[in-house]
Amino acid sequence: MEAAPEIAQQVVKRHRLATRIWHWANALVATILLMSGLMIFNAHPLLYWGDFGSREDYAWLQIDDTRTTGFVRIGGATVETTGVLGLSLDANENVRRVAFPGWATIPTGYDLAAARRWHFAFAWIFALGLTAFMLISLFNGHIRKDLHVRRAEWSLAALWSDIKDHARLRFDSGIHSRHYNIMQKFSYIGVIFILLPLLILTGITMSPAMNAAWPWLLDLFGGRQSARSLHFIAATLLTLFVVVHLIMVLLSGPVNGIWSMITGRHVASSKPEKTGELA
Amino acid sequence: MTEGRKLLRRRDLLRGATLGGSGLLLSGCDAMNENATFRSALRVAEKLNQVTHRTLADRATLAPEFALSDISPVFKTNGSLTGTSTEYLAHLQNNFADWRLRIEGMVANPIDIGLEALRAMPARTQITRHDCVEGWSAIAQWQGTPLRLLLQQAQLSPRAKFIVFHCADSYGARPYYESIDLIDAFHPQTILAWGMNGETLPIKYGAPVRLRVERQLGYKHAKYVMRIEATDDLSKFHDGKGGYWEDVGDYEWYAGI
Repeated sequence: MEAAPEIAQQVVKRHRLATRIWHWANALVATILLMSGLMIFNAHPLLYWGDFGSREDYAWLQIDDTRTTGFVRIGGATVETTGVLGLSLDANENVRRVAFPGWATIPTGYDLAAARRWHFAFAWIFALGLTAFMLISLFNGHIRKDLHVRRAEWSLAALWSDIKDHARLRFDSGIHSRHYNIMQKFSYIGVIFILLPLLILTGITMSPAMNAAWPWLLDLFGGRQSARSLHFIAATLLTLFVVVHLIMVLLSGPVNGIWSMITGRHVASSKPEKTGELA
Repeated sequence: MTEGRKLLRRRDLLRGATLGGSGLLLSGCDAMNENATFRSALRVAEKLNQVTHRTLADRATLAPEFALSDISPVFKTNGSLTGTSTEYLAHLQNNFADWRLRIEGMVANPIDIGLEALRAMPARTQITRHDCVEGWSAIAQWQGTPLRLLLQQAQLSPRAKFIVFHCADSYGARPYYESIDLIDAFHPQTILAWGMNGETLPIKYGAPVRLRVERQLGYKHAKYVMRIEATDDLSKFHDGKGGYWEDVGDYEWYAGI
């Protein structure tokens, strides 16, 4: 499996082909889903708990404007966000009273019908891609060999040591970099098996037709408006994951990291010349 | 305001600097969004959703129904708040005493029925959730005549594929209209509602009669229904996409999600 030590001692195989294809396809698809989702949110920038919720009811989250300022309200706490959220300027310096500004949405201007079309088309690709990735990962050993948290890793001491390594920005650069560390395993498992399925299921729960077909979804998430809130929260968590993920890539050697996610080969050395050669 | 604008612009520039990549993606997406071929490619999802929903749910599978205690304290009003046609306004003056609903088109036995006779037919009462395409929901109790009964009485032609609802409200010169397929038309919860929350259907919610088609989004639930037409071809009505919002806003004709 691994590259023979006598040829290139420090180059190890790190990412499987299925993992690489899914990773990059998903990076694009999830970005489109997020940005078209933000445009859909702009159509009604309030979130509720329970079965129903409209302008007439209490919203736990509101991203709105007072005509002159933009604000975000979470429960009873309000923060002014003029210029970014609630109220912002477009490229032509026209004031736009929308929750998320044009640079964050697909399409840039307000177009609910178009955003829905983007969102649903790419949601199919996203859901089918995730399903395929899960099945392939089950059979090619990705789950068993790479993501599986081993018994020895299930210890507070090991976890604490991994957290300390991350905090000190000490990342595996030697032969260990062939394996995910504990924090990576937990975050990847959390995203692949909890967050992404949650996004798909809460999305489906917002469909009145699917409520007829699978009414248990409403019971699972506590109603359509709760599902809508959870969909938004899960998307926020996924965005946070991506931000932390990108920071980690930058801190742990971006060239090697990105190159290995493209070619599958990772340079297991802290010596920069090897990285340079590959890049 | 100028100060505010300056502040806004400065923040904008900062953001622009950090999000150059996003900007590139965006202009690409906007260009694709204007491309007719790409738009129709995205539209495949609408058909895929419809086929999936129809496969996963039996044609008579009911939308969830709720308890009286689940009803929204205030049901948000939306769309038109009254009919606007001359004919409608005259009926409104007269409290709909002479109002007649016509069911015609591809039927062997066209129907012309008054409000009292409609109310005297077997009715269905259901507490359901109304979901707007924008994202909000409200729950109410609806009482009305199952559309199925009227279509059976009218002896729908076997060649008919769609039921079109012509309405008395309008946006500018465009009258509102909607259409559904026969699966939804014959669905047990598809009713012509004349009662809401135990009272006569109020004007702002579509009086005298509105459509309830519970497995689809709000814009399919035509208010102020005046005439029902059976057809095999939606392209001959208005701009041909089967509904006001479909024509004007490019919304999906199938609105199950």
